[in-house]
Amino acid sequence: MNAVVHAQVESRHLLSGNEAVARAAWEAGVRVAAAYPGTPATEILENIALYPDIYSEWSVNEKVAVEVAIGASLAGSRALAAMKHVGMNVASDAFMTQSLAGVVGGLVIVVADDVGLSSSQNEQDSRYWGRFGHMPILEPADSQEAYEMVKRAFALSEEYETPVIVRMTTRVCHVKAMVTVEGQRIERRAAGFQKNPQRWVMTPANAKPRLPVMHERDRQFRELSETTDLNTVFSGDDRRIGFVTSGPAFMHVRETFPGAPVLKLGFSCPPPLEKIRAFAGQVDTLVVVEETEPLLETEIRAAGLAVRGKDVLPRFGELAPSVLRPAIKPLLGEPYQVPKHLRADVFPRPPTMCASCPHLGPYFALSHIRNLNIIGDIGCYTLGAGHPWNALDTCTCMGASLGMAHGMDKGRGESDEKKSIVAVIGDSTFLHMGMQGLLNMIYNRGNVTVLLLDNRSVGMTGGQENPGTGQDLHGLPAPRVDFAKLAEALGVRPERIRMVDPYELPTMVKLVREEIKMEEPSVIITNRPCSLTDRFESLQPYAVIDDRCTGCGNCIDLGCPAISVARRETAIAKSGKSKELVFARIDPNTCTGCHMCVETCAPDAIVQPQPQSRVIRIQPHA
Amino acid sequence: MRDGITNILVVGIGGQGVMTAAEMLARTALNQGYDVKKTEVAGMAQRGGVVSSHVRFGPKVYSPQIDPGEADLLVGFEAAESLRWLPYLRPTGVAMVNTLRLLPPVVSAGLYDYPADPIGDLAASGIEVHAFDAGAIAGELGNAKLVNTIMLGAISDYLPFPAEILKTSIVEGFRAHKPKLADINAMAFDAGREAGHAKTVSRRPAA
Repeated sequence: MNAVVHAQVESRHLLSGNEAVARAAWEAGVRVAAAYPGTPATEILENIALYPDIYSEWSVNEKVAVEVAIGASLAGSRALAAMKHVGMNVASDAFMTQSLAGVVGGLVIVVADDVGLSSSQNEQDSRYWGRFGHMPILEPADSQEAYEMVKRAFALSEEYETPVIVRMTTRVCHVKAMVTVEGQRIERRAAGFQKNPQRWVMTPANAKPRLPVMHERDRQFRELSETTDLNTVFSGDDRRIGFVTSGPAFMHVRETFPGAPVLKLGFSCPPPLEKIRAFAGQVDTLVVVEETEPLLETEIRAAGLAVRGKDVLPRFGELAPSVLRPAIKPLLGEPYQVPKHLRADVFPRPPTMCASCPHLGPYFALSHIRNLNIIGDIGCYTLGAGHPWNALDTCTCMGASLGMAHGMDKGRGESDEKKSIVAVIGDSTFLHMGMQGLLNMIYNRGNVTVLLLDNRSVGMTGGQENPGTGQDLHGLPAPRVDFAKLAEALGVRPERIRMVDPYELPTMVKLVREEIKMEEPSVIITNRPCSLTDRFESLQPYAVIDDRCTGCGNCIDLGCPAISVARRETAIAKSGKSKELVFARIDPNTCTGCHMCVETCAPDAIVQPQPQSRVIRIQPHA
Repeated sequence: MRDGITNILVVGIGGQGVMTAAEMLARTALNQGYDVKKTEVAGMAQRGGVVSSHVRFGPKVYSPQIDPGEADLLVGFEAAESLRWLPYLRPTGVAMVNTLRLLPPVVSAGLYDYPADPIGDLAASGIEVHAFDAGAIAGELGNAKLVNTIMLGAISDYLPFPAEILKTSIVEGFRAHKPKLADINAMAFDAGREAGHAKTVSRRPAA
């Protein structure tokens, strides 16, 4: 077991921000924790799951996760929900009203912003939610602060009866730094749900009287923000510039300008405007250093203070000392020349699908069928947009493929008249927010061919469980949704629900060709597990017999990373045209013997050196 | 080193053990009493993408990232990846490189070229380069997974603390969790340490 789970008081540990949040939640007496996986927040719940005192679950989406946490809070338990920034959009319907009703047991929402989009479809600033939803925000700058602030957040949540947001970013979540563990778990018994319809039934009549309560709470938080030790001035002798900053931006400021005074906002929403005013009076120029949006900057300017910020600093992307120097030095009247670094020019190395990935088959099929508009979704299969498949035309948000495909069908342009609309979505994304889109399509008599790629895993975030895998967060057996029955229940005709082994390429291609001709929705469900999970069984690797390889290149079109080009030759065809031949080789260390490429090879040049068995074991799709 | 901070950049491809090696360095530095930060961008690295892990340690570390031109030591698990991160190295820095060449599909398909001589390009930039085939050493020792320990052994004499401390940290880690692998990792560490000295491609001209 993880060492930090058993950490003693005053012991020092190298912890990621996510691990620190988990430890703090345990110490704070959290009884219920829920999340949906999403980079960079995934490991928060994975680490909470290591503490047996906490009930923890993968919820089907972030909204449900927050609702689970709300329910636990109303029962009197401390509860935590964790998610990535875009998860907040999904969850917002729940917390926007609960912040009005309030909470009983401490309720903390930990949100992780993917500043710089290392693994996301957008870069959004979760600090807006505090303003929008009337909830305070704590912003840790490193693991130690994440550990301390989560505990503070629970205390605040109970004292003021409100959800509290802890806003992290990738450079807090995934940075490992020293944490001194200060306490052990304090058990907190749940008082039990106290029925009080005027408080908890948010009809207009009951919600209206809560508005002044919420605004009074805001006022109290503005006062608290002025006095809390979470908002601290780090003094400095060089008063030409005073920095206002929050989150990991603080670290970059201290690193770059160690002599400058800094007002660090750990409690950043609502901001301590009077404290900032007093601080501004002690420095020549006030500069706000914040990642992504000019949020504090706008609020400080609205308070009547002269302030610099995004006029010199970038509006998007991560900050770093190398970003601050060229932006700030000119404000100090110090000309700054960008240093000349050593140079190198190297090819890109984009992420690829894995050897034996069950998505390879469907994309092989899609890349070989013409006249398709392929509406995609969020997951590993988004990589289908890349080389060599080029078989994904859109990706917007979780579950969007079904609604967008339906809309594209209904809103066909002239050039789309002969095209078929295909939606591609994975198992977990379908259960997260895709089911509704399918139901909508059926109800409104749409016509889309849906590829439901069931790899029994939340693949992109590292193979987490979901209601389609048969296991829960802790790896224990759990009820498993039957996708075919589910599709049928939503109204897809049983004849149009096709189960397929994605490794059987000819069948895969044939099924897609058949279903796109239908004048009604179809759902094609694949049934091979993610090849990075324990559900996948590796077999003996294949090899290319060079004498038999004709250089047709079909196997290379599969996009399997185990297959590469051994050599190229130019041949003259009978027609007299020159043709480039591409001879393949298979890396035996990468190949897992899935046999997909064998299906592409007419001359039978791909063989297992010592054939053991042609029978491929399939995980039963029960 | 500046302000007593050591900046080590460990680079390679998802699945090569880059993050494990960085973690081992960070833990060892922590146990030496340093303040430590380690960070990486590897959101989709499991899918064969680029991985870089930044390890910074010293009396007090603020920013977790190593800026371009600030790395003291570049530990490259693959030849072209080592070259990719060259701009992060100080002109006075040292690159310790595994000569393994891993061609991604976009290169294999002919869309891009793999550099003809990435090690030579590194050396031509004027930095100190040590390069060797860590996979071959691992093969001689009978376990491909030893590359990680071999690379750590190779850089162990370029750290601000004695090589034996890193070796002990690695070997004792194995002794506690996978005791059967402790002795072979000790051998791998020593073999890497030797290779790191012997396989010098270029040295900086004496000032």
